[in-house]
Amino acid sequence: MTEALSLVPTTDARVARAIDLIWREADLLDRREYRAWDELYADDALYVIPIDRETDDFASVLNMVYDDTRMRRMRINRLTEGYAIAAVDAARTVRTVSRFVPLAVSDDEVTVRSAQILVAYKRDHHDLWAADVEHVVRLGADGDRIVRKVIRLVDSEAAVPAAGFLL
Amino acid sequence: MTIDETPADLVAADRVAGRLYTDPELFELEMTRIFERTWVWVAHESELPGPGTFKSTYVGRQPVIVTRDRKGVLRTLLNRCRHRGASVCEKPFGKANGFTCPYHAWSYGLDGALRGVPYPDGYEGVLERKDISLGRLRTESYGGMVFATFDEAAEPLEDFLGDVRGWIDRFMAQGGGFPIKVLGRHRFTFRGNWKIQLENTTDGYHFPIVHRSWMASVDAETADMMSFMTDPTAVTHDLGHGHSVMQMVPEHSDLAADDGTEPLQARFDHVVAELSTELDDAAVRRVVRAMHGTGFNLNLFPNVSMSAAFFRVLRPIAVDRTEIEHIAIGPDGPAALDVVNRERMRVHEHFQGPFGFGTPDDAEGWDRVQRGAQAAPGMPIMVNRGLAREKPSAEGWPTSHVTDETGMRAAYAQWKEMMGDD
Ligand code: FES
Ligand SMILES: [Fe+2]
Repeated sequence: MTEALSLVPTTDARVARAIDLIWREADLLDRREYRAWDELYADDALYVIPIDRETDDFASVLNMVYDDTRMRRMRINRLTEGYAIAAVDAARTVRTVSRFVPLAVSDDEVTVRSAQILVAYKRDHHDLWAADVEHVVRLGADGDRIVRKVIRLVDSEAAVPAAGFLL
Repeated sequence: MTIDETPADLVAADRVAGRLYTDPELFELEMTRIFERTWVWVAHESELPGPGTFKSTYVGRQPVIVTRDRKGVLRTLLNRCRHRGASVCEKPFGKANGFTCPYHAWSYGLDGALRGVPYPDGYEGVLERKDISLGRLRTESYGGMVFATFDEAAEPLEDFLGDVRGWIDRFMAQGGGFPIKVLGRHRFTFRGNWKIQLENTTDGYHFPIVHRSWMASVDAETADMMSFMTDPTAVTHDLGHGHSVMQMVPEHSDLAADDGTEPLQARFDHVVAELSTELDDAAVRRVVRAMHGTGFNLNLFPNVSMSAAFFRVLRPIAVDRTEIEHIAIGPDGPAALDVVNRERMRVHEHFQGPFGFGTPDDAEGWDRVQRGAQAAPGMPIMVNRGLAREKPSAEGWPTSHVTDETGMRAAYAQWKEMMGDD
């Protein structure tokens, strides 16, 4: 049974498992350990950075990133194989994820909304990336996996810097 | 510049001074002598689909609103209230009957005419409402591409485009018999001068180097399609007025010419299957063969390129800061085409935008040019590649290999001409 929004506290054991995973993910991304990061995702997962903050129908619109597992793995190759000059000289990032709100909680799946503030430093410049993030985490006996992550930047429709890292 | 050096002295046939990227005074002159004088691209007609629709954008550094008025006429208005200067519109796109300034509520029609002034008794004897409107720029379009200019005396748009017009017609043929519409846009900034980007869409030379990561990630057919480095039929033409066309995939330059022998790419099999239930085989082939757009980048001076399957629009912000839009396009027709446009957006996302597999590497290259060019501002930037093998084509266009710097030389010749006269 799915329990309604705000009735479930973040201390709920299922929610705490999801938050644990989200924090581990943030750490892996800041450390650019992309292959280990990939392990956190289910095979049917979607990773999306939309331009339109309001939509959920990502396939029908243009996005910044719209990755299924095939695209995500190709992206990891790009970020790690050493050909991409933007990735070779990527900004150093530090991010915090907080303001967790459980949106839907069941014994199989947890949907959590959060705030992410990321600072990217490169060649004397700091860029700020602020976003509302939504994770859907599948809880499993063999480990918990992310099945969906949507990063809605506050400035998704404005011009942002071209990035050599992931949100 | 030294006392007796003029901007025109900084550009020669085969080189330009590095200061063209770094000198703030030159940037100020470019704004007035180029961006506030020539035809600047402001919109595609599909962004203004009916009466009352509008788009906010810029001509150079000046904010404007492009509108379609009640009669369907396209207008470009300065986004600045005639009272004390507030912007009258802050929405990127929309539909309205007119614009009301938020400060003291002066209101303007879609054609810019001042319609209303609250508490008008204070203006008796000092303001003639009918004489006042938002600033208006001349606005003309060709092939769906809408341009505006501050110069009332500028030559007609069609003369400015000249031989470019035939190439715009060819570009729009990627609709496969349907008109073209805008599907969405990526926007990003880089820390560099606008001309670094102007050069880049006519720079075939960088492609296999900077885009090795993208090449490694696409299917063999697509990688093969973009293997123009040693193809002698892949050429760039200087079309005059600073415009040029770079034909990377010459067999797709004229999409109407199709002898039917070229197989459609296997990666689009699912599109063909879905489309075939609604369209006949010939129509399906036209649309799917154009999935990567046309085989050329058509570079218009100073701010837009019609690049294969999208528009690249640049906006100078400061001498060392530029905003770029990559506008995805596709055929505008029955719902059956949705599968085509979804696939075109996936192709676009793969290369373009701030997280694409291509754009961030381009942007890194451009950042590095801006940083490097701080050294020895008098040392030239070389644009001489292929100068010795440049020859006129049958049409009389100076022509050289697609990896040569013919298009950059064309743009800088126009820069020199415009910056030279005051
Ligand atoms: S500034 Fe616009 S009405 Fe006063
Ligand atoms: Fe490029």
